[in-house]
Amino acid sequence: MKLDAKIPSGPISEKWTKYRSTVRLVSPANKRKLDIIVVGTGLAGASAAASLAELGYKVKAFCFQDSPRRAHSIAAQGGINAAKNYQNDGDSTYRLFYDTVKGGDYRAREANVYRLAEVSASIIDQCVAQGVPFARDYGGLLDNRSFGGTQVSRTFYARGQTGQQLLLGAYSALNRQIEKGQVQMFSRHEMVEVVVVDGKARGIIARNLVTGELERHGAHAVVIASGGYGNVFYLSTNAMGSNVTAAWKAHKKGAFFGNPCFTQIHPTCLPQSGEYQSKLTLMSESLRNDGRIWVPKNKVDAEAIRTGTKVAADLTEEARDYFLERRYPAFGNLVPRDVASRAAKEMCDAGHGVNPTGLAVFLDFRDAINRLGKDVISARYGNLFEMYEKITGDDPYSTPMKIYPAVHYTMGGLWVDYNLMTTVPGLYAIGEANFSDHGANRLGASALMQGLADGYFVLPYTIGDYLADEIRTTAIDTKHAAFEQAEKDVAERYKLFTSINGKQSPESFHRRLGKIMWEYCGMARNAEGLTKAIGLIQDLRKEFWSDVRVSGDINAFNPELDKAMRVADFIELGELMVRDALTRKESCGGHFREESQTEEGEAMRDDENYAFVSAWEFAGVDAEPVLHKENLEFEVVKLTQRSYK
Amino acid sequence: MSKENLNLTLKVWRQKGKKDKGGFETYKLKGVSTHASFLEMMDILNEELITTGKDPVAFDHDCREGICGMCSMYINGRAHGPQRGTTTCQLHMRHFEDGETITIEPWRATPFPVIKDLVVDRSAFDKIQQAGGYVSVNTGNAPDGNAVPIPKADADEAFNAAACIGCGACVAACKNASAMLFVSAKVSQFALLPQGQPERKERVGKMVAKMDELGFGNCTNTGACEAECPKGISISNIARMNREYLGAVLAPGN
Ligand SMILES: Cc1cc2nc3c(=O)[nH]c(=O)nc-3n(C[C@H](O)[C@H](O)[C@H](O)COP(=O)(O)OP(=O)(O)OC[C@H]3O[C@@H](n4cnc5c(N)ncnc54)[C@H](O)[C@@H]3O)c2cc1C
Ligand code: FES
Repeated sequence: MKLDAKIPSGPISEKWTKYRSTVRLVSPANKRKLDIIVVGTGLAGASAAASLAELGYKVKAFCFQDSPRRAHSIAAQGGINAAKNYQNDGDSTYRLFYDTVKGGDYRAREANVYRLAEVSASIIDQCVAQGVPFARDYGGLLDNRSFGGTQVSRTFYARGQTGQQLLLGAYSALNRQIEKGQVQMFSRHEMVEVVVVDGKARGIIARNLVTGELERHGAHAVVIASGGYGNVFYLSTNAMGSNVTAAWKAHKKGAFFGNPCFTQIHPTCLPQSGEYQSKLTLMSESLRNDGRIWVPKNKVDAEAIRTGTKVAADLTEEARDYFLERRYPAFGNLVPRDVASRAAKEMCDAGHGVNPTGLAVFLDFRDAINRLGKDVISARYGNLFEMYEKITGDDPYSTPMKIYPAVHYTMGGLWVDYNLMTTVPGLYAIGEANFSDHGANRLGASALMQGLADGYFVLPYTIGDYLADEIRTTAIDTKHAAFEQAEKDVAERYKLFTSINGKQSPESFHRRLGKIMWEYCGMARNAEGLTKAIGLIQDLRKEFWSDVRVSGDINAFNPELDKAMRVADFIELGELMVRDALTRKESCGGHFREESQTEEGEAMRDDENYAFVSAWEFAGVDAEPVLHKENLEFEVVKLTQRSYK
Repeated sequence: MSKENLNLTLKVWRQKGKKDKGGFETYKLKGVSTHASFLEMMDILNEELITTGKDPVAFDHDCREGICGMCSMYINGRAHGPQRGTTTCQLHMRHFEDGETITIEPWRATPFPVIKDLVVDRSAFDKIQQAGGYVSVNTGNAPDGNAVPIPKADADEAFNAAACIGCGACVAACKNASAMLFVSAKVSQFALLPQGQPERKERVGKMVAKMDELGFGNCTNTGACEAECPKGISISNIARMNREYLGAVLAPGN
C-alpha cells in the first residue's frame, strides 16, 4: 500500500483556504441521517463531538471516566499557543508554523503544521466566547506569556489551569448538544474494538464499565480521540487511566501507527521517591526561568547528600556544577526539553544524583531569591512551591527542589492524512492520539492548540469529504457478522484474562514493562539495548499471558479487568516502539540514538536517510510489523541542525 | 524525627453494588512510607489483596494531581481527609501517625448512589451542567477574543468560581447533601462574564430546577461545603446564585 497524505496542491498559505472552499459538503437533511462515533472527550474529542453535533450530525461520544469533564486534558497547566500577535512582537501564522516545524526537529508534515498555525487564532476567539476565563491584563485584554524559550509571547493561559478551563469550555459546548439530544454521551464506557465492515470503519464494541456488558455501536465514521500513550512507561505525568487501547485496537484493525518511538521527556518533574510510586508530577517549565539546575561536582558530596549526611547548603559555589550553564552558555537553563532532560540523566548516570535513588538534580532558587526577594519569587511561583511542599514535605524557599525528567507526551500516534483520516477509510484520529503536527518534539503549549484545532476547526470540514459518499448508507446494522465476530473476540479475551488465574497483578506487569521501556527506550537509546528490549518485552508478554491474575467478575464493575486489557495492549505497543527506535538510526528531537551524536555529545540528525514518517502496519502479534515511509518534503522551511551552545 | 514507615489499621467500606447493604472491613498494612500518597497506600493495600486472592477495593482516581475531580474518599469523617485544600490524591501519608486507624468511606448522598466500594455515581452533576451550564455559541461564530474587554477583577473572580473540579466533596460534606456550592460556582462564572449575560436568567432557573429534581437537599448555610472544598470555592458564590435566582424568578415576564 502506498501512503498518500492527500496534501492539497498550491502554495502553503493557500492550501487550507482552498481546501475549505472546495471540499465536498453534506446537506443538512443528510447530516441528520449520519452517525459519528467519537471515542474520547478530552480537548480533541469534546470539541469535535460538540462541533459535529452543531453541524447536525448524530454523535455518540465515549469516555472511560465518570464524566467527560475529567479527561486527561484537564491536567494541562502552562497554556495554549495562538498566532494572535496581540503583543505586537512580530508573531504571525508563518512564525508559529516555522517554530513548530523547527521545534519538531523537521519530522512533521509542513502542510498540517501550517494549517494548525492558521486556525490557532480562531481557537482563542471560540474559547473566549464560551466563557473561558483566560488571564487578562489591567486593561481587560487577554494576557500572554512566553513559553518554553520562544522569542514571542503567544501563549494564552488561565493561571496554572489552562487545560482545565479549556476542557470545561469544550465540555460545556458538549453539554449543550447533549441537552439538545444531538450527542448521546456514554461515560464509564471503554471502547475495546473497532468494527470494520467491507473495509470501512462502521462502529465499535464498548464495555460498559459499570455493568461489564459489551455493547455494539454503529456509525458512518469513527473518530479516535483517546489521547497519548505515555503510560507505556508506567511512570509518567499522564493520568493513571491514560492508555493506548483505543488507538491500539484501531492499529490492529489496519490503521498504521506513525513514529511510535517519538516520546517527549519533560525535564522538570518530581523524582520518584519509592517503589510504590504510581505517577510523576510535572512542575511547570516556567521554573527554569529563575531556578538554576546543578549537581555536586564531587561524587563524594553527592553520596553524602544522598545518605543525608550533607545538605545542599553545605556545598560552596566551587563544589557545585551548574551543568546546563556550563555546557550551553547561550541558553543555559533554558535549553529545550530534550536537551535539558538528557543532560540531567547523564549527570545522574555518572554518579552525581542527589536523592536516595540517585536520580535527581537540584533546581535552586537561592540566587533568584537573593536577587529579586522572596516576594517576587512567591508571586511568580507560589502555587508551584506550595504543590511541591505538599508532595515532598520540603520547602523550596529554603532548600532547592529536586527534579528529574519524566515521560510527558507522545508525538507518535495513529498515522493520518491531511484529512485526519487513518489508513482505514472512515476511521479518524485527532488530538494526541494522532502523530501529525509535532514531528519529533512538541513545543510547550502546542498540544492544547492541536487538540482544539483538530476538533473545532479541522475535522468538522474534512469528515464531510468522506461522509458525502455515505449519504445513501442507512443506519449501520449492528447485527452484521462483523459486529458479531468483534464482540465474540472481545468476550473471549476477557474470559482468557480471568481464566489464567496466575499470581501477578496487571499492575505489576505494567511496572515491569515501564522499567524496560525507560531503561532501553527512554532518554537515550542504542542498538544493543533496543535489541535486548525486544526480547525482554516478548518474554514479559508470554509471562503475562500465563501468570496474570485478574480477580472479580467479567459482568460487573471490575477495574482489574479493564487494567488487564490496557496492560496487554501496552506490552504490544512497547515492542513496536522499540522496533521503531531501532529502525531510526538518527537522533532527532526526543529520540536520541547514542550512535548518532556529535563529538560534544549533541544529537545529530540524518536528513538524507531519515526525513520520513515511519508508518507501521500491524502484521500479527508474533509477526514483525511492516514499515511504510511517508517521505517529508520541505518546500518552505530550510533544514538546519539545532544548536544551543 | 518522625517515623519514616507507618503501621496502619484501615477500616474500609466494602459494598458489592448499588443494592448491596455494604459494611466495613478491617485491614492491617505494615511499613507504609510517609512519602507515599494516600492513593498509593491504597494501591499497596490492593496489591496485597490481589496476591492473597481477595477482591481489591474499588476507588475512583485518575490524574492524581488534584485537578480531574475523580478521587473521592471520605477519610476519618472528612471529605478528602484531614488536610485543608487538598484532594484525596494529593494527601500524603506524612499526615498520619504510626499505629493510626483510618476509616475510609465513599461519598454518602442519595443523589450519588454507590457503584462499588468507594466508587459512587456522580452523573447527577453532569445533568445539572447539561441543563444550562454553557454559553450558546456554535463553533465558528465567535468574535475576536479581544473584541470585548473584561475587567481583570471580573475575569479573576470568574476564574475563581470556574476552578471547581466537580468532585462532589461539597455534597458529601453537607448534612443536607446540597449541591449549591457546585451549581453556584458555574452560575457565578457566567454571571460575572459578558458572554454569560444573554442567557443569565434562564440559566440559573434551569440549573436550580434540575438540581432540585435530582434530589439534592437545601442549603442551610452551615458552610461545611466551603470548608471541605479542595479548591477553596467560596460560599459567596451561593449568595450570588441566590440573588441571581431571585432576580430571575421575579423578573418581569416570568
Ligand atoms: C501534566 C501535563 C501538563 C500538560 N500541560 C500542557 C500545556 O500546558 N500545554 C499544552 O499544550 N499541552 C500540555 N500537555 C499535553 C496535553 O494536555 C495533552 O496532549 C492533551 O490534553 C491531549 O488531549 P486529547 O484530547 O488528545 O486527549 P485526552 O485529554 O487524554 O483525552 C482522552 C479521552 O479519551 C478517552 N478514552 C481513552 N481511551 C478510551 C477508550 N478505550 N474508550 C473510551 N474512551 C477512551 C478518555 O476517557 C478521555 O476522554 C500537558 C500534559 C500533561 C500530562
Ligand atoms: S485523582 Fe484527579 S483530583 Fe484526585
